[in-house]
Amino acid sequence: MAPYDSILDLIGNTPIVEISQLSPNPAARILVKLEGRNPGGSVKDRVALSLVEQAEKDGVLQPGEPGQVLIEPTSGNTGIGLAMVCRVRGYHLKVVLPTNVSVERRQLLELWGAEIIESPGSEGSNGAVRRARQLADEHPEWVFLYQYANPANPKAHYEGTGPEIWRDCPDVTHLVAGLGTSGTLLGAGRFLKEQNPRIQVWAVEPPSGEVVDGLRNLDDGYIPPIFEELGGRELLDRKTVVRPRESIEWTRRLTEVGLFVGISSGAAVAGAVKCANQLAAGEDAVIVVVSPDDGWKYLSTGAWTDDLDDVAERAKSIIYF
Amino acid sequence: MPVDVRLPTVLRSQTGGQSTVSVDASTIGEVLQRLVTEYPGMSGQLLNDDGSLHRFVNVYVNDDDVRYLSLLDTPVKDGDEISILPAVAGG
Repeated sequence: MAPYDSILDLIGNTPIVEISQLSPNPAARILVKLEGRNPGGSVKDRVALSLVEQAEKDGVLQPGEPGQVLIEPTSGNTGIGLAMVCRVRGYHLKVVLPTNVSVERRQLLELWGAEIIESPGSEGSNGAVRRARQLADEHPEWVFLYQYANPANPKAHYEGTGPEIWRDCPDVTHLVAGLGTSGTLLGAGRFLKEQNPRIQVWAVEPPSGEVVDGLRNLDDGYIPPIFEELGGRELLDRKTVVRPRESIEWTRRLTEVGLFVGISSGAAVAGAVKCANQLAAGEDAVIVVVSPDDGWKYLSTGAWTDDLDDVAERAKSIIYF
Repeated sequence: MPVDVRLPTVLRSQTGGQSTVSVDASTIGEVLQRLVTEYPGMSGQLLNDDGSLHRFVNVYVNDDDVRYLSLLDTPVKDGDEISILPAVAGG
């Protein structure tokens, strides 16, 4: 294998591994795409690189010019990916981060030189988005890439994740992925449906809104602009909530087949299992699940080691998506 | 028939702090109408003036979002668990 010029060249081309031993239905194969294999440790490396490269192409960022500052709201993985990309490209990154994320997420941001601006944990990611927008308005000289509204986010998956799944698993019948910014589902989902319109796209989400108690009323809710502008409502076939306890149970069960992945991966696999359980009689399925990251960033949560009830209770107050 | 509805923190001020309430209904539309009748403070929060679901409200039957089922016509039966969640960001 020839040496790579930059760590950023290692982003993408992640492997898919079959875990059908865990499928509840012999007619349903389940395969997991391991996005934790990206160099910054998550699927969001793809988005981070895409956002920065698009901004460079558009002239919003000038590579090599000193003093350029970016600001971004994130619950962790996008910030971590951006911190890595910005460190390599020479930009200064400010991240608006809710206080209730795992300590490893903070440490990873700091080790790549990102500056953390805290937002109240009780407001969840909505609070981080609000604060970042406010700061971006006050500092027009900062570059605000805004992953929730930037088409370069789903583009990374339309050009990367989706084609890789189609190349490695052309008999895919279902795509199951977590719904955060909606970038993965919009990009990979649209690409796959263009290849085969019968492919079903399932979104999995945590019950975040249940514990985000900083909302004053439901008008404080938030739907990523890319989801509405790029037809997310029409693209998705199903959207299902997976609760913390079930997410952690599946995160643990995945170790039976050797997979050490993050809690949102457990949630996504739980969604795939639900999909497998709901197939019609005589229907076969090949379900591809996107695993956003590996388990390293969640060791401090005790997800694999502590009493399940205790961990599930604690998980209600941390952001793991 | 009675079904249990789990409410998010943001709506619990309307129910005296109760996180789950029980209503008699056979569709999601009926569930929401019963809630609005019993707790008038929820009216503008759950439904728009034309009776459609508020854009920042997600309603689930046994954890499946009704927007991807039959929306307000989604049937509910005894033992189903209904959850209401505000739309929040992730990522």
